[in-house]
Amino acid sequence: MEIKEQNQLTAKHFATDQEVRWCPGCGDYSILKQVQTVLPELGRPKEEFVFISGIGCSSRFPYYMETYGMHSIHGRATAIATGLKLTRPELSVWIVTGDGDSMSIGGNHFIHLLRRNPDVNVLLFNNQIYGLTKGQYSPTSEQGKVTKSTPYGSVDYPFNPIALCLGADATFVARTMDRDPKHQQNIIRKSYHHKGTSIVEIYQNCNVFNDGAFEIFTEKGSKKQATLMMEHGQPLVFGENSDKGIKLDGFKPVIVDLNDASVNDLWIHDETDLVKATILSRFYDDPSVDGHFPRPFGVFYENKNKTPFDELFNDQIAYAQSKNPSPSLDSLIAGKETWMVS
Amino acid sequence: MQEQELESVVIRFAGDSGDGMQLTGTQFTNTAALFGNDLATFPDFPAEIRAPQGTLAGVSGFQIHFGATAIHTPGDQSDVLVAMNVAALKANIKNLKKGGVIIANSDGFDAKNLRLANVPEAENPLIDGSLEAYDVKTIDVTKITRSALADSGLGVKEIDRCKNMFVLGLIYWMYHRPMESSIKFIQSKFGKNEAVMNANLKVLQAGWNYGETTEMFANRYNVAPAKMEPGVYRSIMGNEAVAMGIIAASVKSKLPVFYGTYPITPASDVLHELSKHKAFGVKTFQAEDEIAGICASIGAAFGGNLAITGSSGPGIALKTEAIGLATMLELPLVIINVQRAGPSTGLPTKTEQADLLQSFYGRNGECPVLILAAQSPADCFDMAFEACKLALNHMIPVFFLSDGYIANGSEPWKFPSQDSLPDIDVTFAVHNPEQSKFLPYQRDEKLARPWAIPGTPGLEHRIGGLEKQHITGNISYDPANHEFMVKLRQEKVDQVANYIPEQNIDNGPETGDVLILGWGGTYGALKTATAKLIEEGHSVAHAHLRYLNPFPKNLGALLRNYKKVVVPELNNGQLVKIIRDKYFIDAIPFNKIQGQPFMAHEVIQQIKNILAS
Ligand SMILES: Cc1ncc(C[n+]2csc(CCOP(=O)(O)OP(=O)(O)O)c2C)c(N)n1
Ligand code: SF4
Ligand SMILES: [Mg+2]
Repeated sequence: MEIKEQNQLTAKHFATDQEVRWCPGCGDYSILKQVQTVLPELGRPKEEFVFISGIGCSSRFPYYMETYGMHSIHGRATAIATGLKLTRPELSVWIVTGDGDSMSIGGNHFIHLLRRNPDVNVLLFNNQIYGLTKGQYSPTSEQGKVTKSTPYGSVDYPFNPIALCLGADATFVARTMDRDPKHQQNIIRKSYHHKGTSIVEIYQNCNVFNDGAFEIFTEKGSKKQATLMMEHGQPLVFGENSDKGIKLDGFKPVIVDLNDASVNDLWIHDETDLVKATILSRFYDDPSVDGHFPRPFGVFYENKNKTPFDELFNDQIAYAQSKNPSPSLDSLIAGKETWMVS
Repeated sequence: MQEQELESVVIRFAGDSGDGMQLTGTQFTNTAALFGNDLATFPDFPAEIRAPQGTLAGVSGFQIHFGATAIHTPGDQSDVLVAMNVAALKANIKNLKKGGVIIANSDGFDAKNLRLANVPEAENPLIDGSLEAYDVKTIDVTKITRSALADSGLGVKEIDRCKNMFVLGLIYWMYHRPMESSIKFIQSKFGKNEAVMNANLKVLQAGWNYGETTEMFANRYNVAPAKMEPGVYRSIMGNEAVAMGIIAASVKSKLPVFYGTYPITPASDVLHELSKHKAFGVKTFQAEDEIAGICASIGAAFGGNLAITGSSGPGIALKTEAIGLATMLELPLVIINVQRAGPSTGLPTKTEQADLLQSFYGRNGECPVLILAAQSPADCFDMAFEACKLALNHMIPVFFLSDGYIANGSEPWKFPSQDSLPDIDVTFAVHNPEQSKFLPYQRDEKLARPWAIPGTPGLEHRIGGLEKQHITGNISYDPANHEFMVKLRQEKVDQVANYIPEQNIDNGPETGDVLILGWGGTYGALKTATAKLIEEGHSVAHAHLRYLNPFPKNLGALLRNYKKVVVPELNNGQLVKIIRDKYFIDAIPFNKIQGQPFMAHEVIQQIKNILAS
């Protein structure tokens, strides 16, 4: 009976009556749509989902999801979600955050979330700009970026989010893009099934303040050339006619032309290999530079062997409770030494 | 040998940070408590874990006041000063009574120690006659300890670490204390290392024997058990009591505790204590910083736990934005502030009451929260319990204020039984099929909104820091709604006055010349001062606030019954500002901002000055 009801859930059931207030054409719409598409397939009742966000355009997300939700404060969704997951491990907890929210103001909580590895899902909307505050550069904006706060161009070096996550020992690291619904759904689905913190970086176009930031990866004319779609167990192939591949020369990746080389010599993508994931994370060159590596999309890395924090945390409590199944408040309060006054 | 009966005694154990004076003091405290004395203690230690040896900065002190009468403070001046080195003597001599006993470890007065304490060799106080006004007992504790343990097989370092046991044994002898409790303690603490255990036991006994066999001491003293209310007692420290109050509230509300925090002096012991009690389902989370600590607790509150966060001033400053969020979310949350001297890092190990205005006003926007303050170590239990209860009953953040002085101080506590504590009723919202849409900001008669926890079918809803529309909780930019909601959140705080006790007069007449109005950890000093002033025939009364926001309903009327209201505080005048503002009373501030508690005599003098003016 319950299963049947759940099966009846559709994307519509996950939409709220609140008017969606992103700018027309914003990449956030697509992400909302894909999440609303994937959730009904997961076989869980709505009330078990919780979306927690920080502050930013992206962080408005929970208002549009007919689940439990919290639109919290800038950068702190990760910490709030950790507290919720520790106390209610049976819930499916999702964190929605922006590039500024997660990596500037929330940077500390972000790396510690990844280090601890509670079983939550992070959707990182990376538009390489501060959208909500109307267009300042962000910690992922490329050097030289001209924005309202950097009229002479930004001199900051950007973060490489995927490398940052791997460096913080994240156990599921993936990248996708707003303009590829199928890929996005696929990655979101995979991230849900990962036990531990899963982080999905989503390239999201802010068509008002940073339009076209990811055009080269998302648009038909350049996508095949500029991106590398990683599939576990498959050779790393890209290019207009799938005519290029990546080969490993020791630890050094090289681009080969498949007209000259065989597919059999190519690097086979292995999601469980941290060293290789680290190399792939460094495919982060400026796409306009000649001879650059394609930008990888898909799952970089998954580690299934790191027990989630919420599990360890609650196991320890269960252990203490098993040692002392009915602790007495009276004896706790009395302590070890008492005396009588008569 | 003369036996003497005393009403009360103040002993100050002082030595280098590494001399083990805190342990010696705690041991003596436990023994005095078990013996039935009333008592109060004051550990006073440097911020550095290993401050430069032998220096004034490195002096660690522990003061205990125990007696056959009611004791409310650790005592203004000590009767006995144990000085393990010259720095300890120098730092504490000013608070020793004229004629008081000094027990000096002569080894700590050698050339090296004199130099470290910046005392010229010619001015060694043990020989230059400057201590003539005192009864000085010079003992080479180091030497005696070393010879007692000559064949213990231990190294010099380990042997020297037993010195404090000699002092403890000697003081036990002086005051006719049974040593069983300390013997048991040593056995359980060092049980795994028999050589060290035996060494400590041996030196403890050597100290006792030293008193018994040498003729250095002309007097031995008895301090009879105090006449206290009948019942079963234990000794309790403030931070320990906070942890127990929280666990008691957890048991009584049937909600698991979640404590999100980041270590900071003097609040860390609450974390240490709570994390021992996982069997009660207590969840402690040491976060990456204070912001994460409170935010994780907010997550836990959303999830339906009894959520607590705790820190001290600098950490509370970091939590302010999240306290604003909790206020908007209207979730139950207790924020513990064990205050220390500020601003900034200030004096981390010293006490102060300077975060009251921060608790009232230290957030952006109009952001009122409930504020309670404990007045003594044992009261930390009651007020921590009360803070949890009010947070849960009213769905609101509550500040619980303690301070370094009561957090580390201890007193005998006639502790309550589980059955005597009130139940805390908590009901989570459930789906009402007759209501087409769940309204997360609909309120009950307390103005509390429903607690609808994730996982509850049919109550899916979103909350957040943006202004809420009344009742629906939807985002609202409506100007009139914002003003309405600001007033509503204030009213929600104000009407808690209907659920807290009226303010009482702790001691003194219902009307009179002066009312001493205190709050928080100054209770003992003000109580002692008031008793003395009344005894001397002055028209003085004392009221002590434990509920600060809202104030008890009768407070305004109560204040008007006195010609003058004096507000002593360990800050630059904070409660006094609020009292003046709220009641238009020309309340008189009396402030001390030295990182030290009030001494009763300071208060007495000040009140006399005010009475005379
Ligand atoms: C404590 C605090 N500081 C600053 C802000 C202002 N602020 C809101 S969102 C934001 C940046 C958002 O950028 P990002 O996280 O990338 O989200 P986006 O809007 O691009 O989705 C800033 C600086 C705030 N709300 N709170
Ligand atoms: S400002 Fe940019 S990110 Fe924000 S809603 Fe508009 S398009 Fe989207
Ligand atoms: Mg952004």
